Amino acid sequence: MAKKIAVETTINGEETIFLCEPRQTLLEALRDNLGLIGSKEGCGNGNCGACNVLLDGVLVNSCLVLSPEIEGRDVVTIEGIAVDGELHPLQQKFLEHASLQCGICTPGFIVSAKALLDENPDPSEHDARLWLAGNLCRCTGYDKIVRAVLDVAEGDA
Amino acid sequence: MQAIDYVAPNSVDEAVSALAAGGASARPLGGGTDLIAQLQEGRSDLDTIVDVKRIPELTAISIGGDGLTLGAAASCHSINNNQAIRDGYPALIDSTHLIGGTQIQGRASLGGNLCNSSPAADSIPNLIAHSVICHIAGPNGRRTVAVEDFCTAPGRNVLGNGEFLVALEFPVPPANFGAAYLRFIPRNEMDIAVVGAGSSVVLSDDGQTIESARVSLGAVAPTPLFVQEAGDALAGQPVSEETLARAAELAKDAARPISDMRGTIPQRKHLSAVLTQRTLRIAIDRARGTKTVDELGRLNGHG
Repeated sequence: MAKKIAVETTINGEETIFLCEPRQTLLEALRDNLGLIGSKEGCGNGNCGACNVLLDGVLVNSCLVLSPEIEGRDVVTIEGIAVDGELHPLQQKFLEHASLQCGICTPGFIVSAKALLDENPDPSEHDARLWLAGNLCRCTGYDKIVRAVLDVAEGDA
Repeated sequence: MQAIDYVAPNSVDEAVSALAAGGASARPLGGGTDLIAQLQEGRSDLDTIVDVKRIPELTAISIGGDGLTLGAAASCHSINNNQAIRDGYPALIDSTHLIGGTQIQGRASLGGNLCNSSPAADSIPNLIAHSVICHIAGPNGRRTVAVEDFCTAPGRNVLGNGEFLVALEFPVPPANFGAAYLRFIPRNEMDIAVVGAGSSVVLSDDGQTIESARVSLGAVAPTPLFVQEAGDALAGQPVSEETLARAAELAKDAARPISDMRGTIPQRKHLSAVLTQRTLRIAIDRARGTKTVDELGRLNGHG
């Protein structure tokens, strides 16, 4: 077993220190060391997007980040999307549009959609579909997800 | 599961020392989209990871009178959002917009794409079209290699033990320069190229004559191919469909693909010609200043 490393970072606005093994991914540290189990492991190799988080505001697969890499950086997970117990508009619209069935992909989709609207508050349907192309959903056929995201974008405008 | 050591040096010299200390089983970590996936799948025997992203030079993007220098670990996302690159090197965005999905682009770098040395890598034909120079650091100091000489076999390249890629240097484009990259995939996005083509041209001031050109192909040989004969055949020729078709035939002749799950030899030969001709047309339009990156995005299904 390798020597554990102490990682000091900010997760969902809170300064955090945790111990990890060097080869532990950020996804593993979030779920197994920090109890933040909202981020899901779908594929574990960057294909499905279920584990997406924001790293310094940039959308990344947390399964393709090593935990020690986040030293001194800022991470936002699905648990950091709702503010003060109020659902984020994306979460609300996902409910209204029934944009989920089994729910495994949903945290990743919401984090991805937030990253999209942060960069491009008024995306076209094509923009949204292309941006979300790295998130896989086997239940909804994507249409309800895209409608929810566009509904939020229109609401903001 | 095998334990590994993780180090994050702050300078090129420290990284060289860390790689030397780790020996053959030490590897530099850029965006990790290939390396960490390989590690997770047990396909890599590395035991020391040297994260190079804390070295300012490795993630820096500098653009100016000396051309463009991209730190080897600068992410596709940081390139996509750089207006000076979009304006000055629009063809580069053709590649950075279609390597993986959004979240892969948040981490993946062109340097990493090059060092992974896949024959189907989406950035390498584009880098060849741009005459990129690779800056390498190692135990014996620094050296440079032309990008078309970088890859030596599938997954292999010229980097020796303890060496790593520091930066990609794009020379200042001559006046009336244009380039483009296109790939063929059977879906709209998120796939590996069946064939990729990167081309660039330098036109005369009146835009009617090709002064020089470079053509490169991906996924049709064990390494990305620099098809020098196609570029040579274009030099000094008038801009015409006949001229471009001749270069396309030379590209097709140079392609030596295999048949696999993604495509057959005849299909890949055919695509080599088609994509060469299309990228040359776009490169010419860009050299004349008549095509924007966003228009090309639509051609690639990414608008």
